[in-house]
Amino acid sequence: MKSRLALRFAALGYLALLLGIPVALVFINAFQDGIGAAWDAVTTPEAQHAFYLTMVMVLVAVPLNTIFGVLCALAVVRQRFRGRALLNAMVDLPFAVSPVVVGLALLLVYGRRDGWVGEWLAERGIQVIFSTPGMILATMFVSLPFVVREVIPVLREIGTEQEQAAATLGAGRLQTFFRVTLPAIRWGVAYGVVLTTARALGEFGAVSVVSGKLSGRTETATLFVENRFQRFDETGAYAASVVLALLALATLLAMNLIKPKEARA
Amino acid sequence: MSIVVDSVSKRFGDFVALDDVSLEVRNGSLTALLGPSGGGKSTLLRVIAGLEQPDSGRVRIAGEDATLTPPQRRNVGFVFQHYAAFKHMTVRKNVAFGLTIRKRPRDEIDGRVDELLKLVHLEGFAHRYPSQLSGGQRQRMALARALAVQPRVLLLDEPFGALDATVRKELRAWLRRLHDEVHVTTVFVTHDQEEAMEVAEQIVVLNQGLVEQVGSPRDLYERPANEFVMRFIGPVTPLGERWLRPHDVDILLEPVAEATEAMIDRVTHLGFEVRVELSLGDGDPTWVQTTRGRAEELELQEGQIVWLRPAQAPAMAPEAA
Repeated sequence: MKSRLALRFAALGYLALLLGIPVALVFINAFQDGIGAAWDAVTTPEAQHAFYLTMVMVLVAVPLNTIFGVLCALAVVRQRFRGRALLNAMVDLPFAVSPVVVGLALLLVYGRRDGWVGEWLAERGIQVIFSTPGMILATMFVSLPFVVREVIPVLREIGTEQEQAAATLGAGRLQTFFRVTLPAIRWGVAYGVVLTTARALGEFGAVSVVSGKLSGRTETATLFVENRFQRFDETGAYAASVVLALLALATLLAMNLIKPKEARA
Repeated sequence: MSIVVDSVSKRFGDFVALDDVSLEVRNGSLTALLGPSGGGKSTLLRVIAGLEQPDSGRVRIAGEDATLTPPQRRNVGFVFQHYAAFKHMTVRKNVAFGLTIRKRPRDEIDGRVDELLKLVHLEGFAHRYPSQLSGGQRQRMALARALAVQPRVLLLDEPFGALDATVRKELRAWLRRLHDEVHVTTVFVTHDQEEAMEVAEQIVVLNQGLVEQVGSPRDLYERPANEFVMRFIGPVTPLGERWLRPHDVDILLEPVAEATEAMIDRVTHLGFEVRVELSLGDGDPTWVQTTRGRAEELELQEGQIVWLRPAQAPAMAPEAA
């Protein structure tokens, strides 16, 4: 009994020290000058633009990575081909590589003067680095593995029998996918989407390198927080942090709300 | 509809699952594919369904060559050992699946599903999810789902294998009755000889990718083609150089020609049946099955010396084992 209480206390204490207290302090500091001041800080044109840009990152990166993630998981689990193991390993690369390195790598590819394809693109009027496309690429890169990693074990677990049953009942490949496979993996996909969204909302390092940090133009919410903090605008930094935290929380809640009531087998 | 399997072979790497297998299943019959695990029976069923492609050979369903037809267009009903229920759909939606795919009108689907749920005794369960059903109920749902599209043939892969003994017995009898009602050509896979004997009209014994024998349950029991079939299809007992059914041995109290002397080690009363364990002259153990009446008549006891003689019955010279 005692040891179980101790275990619980240790786990809770660890979480409180690492997560609870720091996050609580962010909330307290955000409202130190009152709710009005916090509201004003996150409704300036720069702040609004920063949140708008963050939403663009999320709205492009999450759907693309979800579609890619499901297809990639299907390929890894359901098919046998050369390079399957390599594909499976490559997917984890964004976990292993530091976001700063990702940003620098993107510079090497798309940089305007000495990038691999940057000059070619620039001649055609397409600017990747120091503009939205580059930031989207960076966000997609760092949030790539989540859907794949969540879906692969679920696909393995459900096996192929339901899909074969659907085939014998006359369902074509697409019908089987949308009516049988996708519903069976939907919680894996949903959890992957939540994680991808959280990562895309919070990405800092890679985006920071490729953005150029032009306030009101290439500044996402996380870059905005850094900017405010460096200018000793604590209320602005903490208030924007609170909004980011609330957005992540809203994503989690939305997932729980769309969960149907049916029994999970 | 009839099924004709013509010289089908299938390998998985080095493993030969089917070795030049040919087979005919008559229209409207109820056939069992029987054999030990790894004998190729599930593979054969999956080849008929189109879930596996044979390396060589042909499959004809209702006279048409279906070898290259994808499973979607074979119009076969397939029932899996572990039900393969669509877990996110209600029982009703599961059963309706094939009809929904075929875009049948709503009224027709509802009517047909009601009819099938009644047939499999799941009328009250239409709005449940598979996770809320017992194993036997799930398997009946899977059967209704397979029957919904009026398949030309019904294929069942170890359909009762995951169920407990009581439910299994119930479902066997029920499958038999269902077949009498629906009359669809049915092939099921089992490794349980009793199940095959009880349910099927025709049994195909498969071992190591080869067909050992095809025949009615009685044929197989009384006229096994070889020692494997004899041993697989029922109990055997050694007597001298031969294998016999344990009830095909007469116990005599006096020596006669062709009889072997033996001493009774143990007499076990199992109700109507009495099991007698004996040692032959050379010390080899054997056993004989007899009835309660006969055992009492002969007053069989431990330590008694008796003579054993084969009754007129099938026997096999044991192959070098």
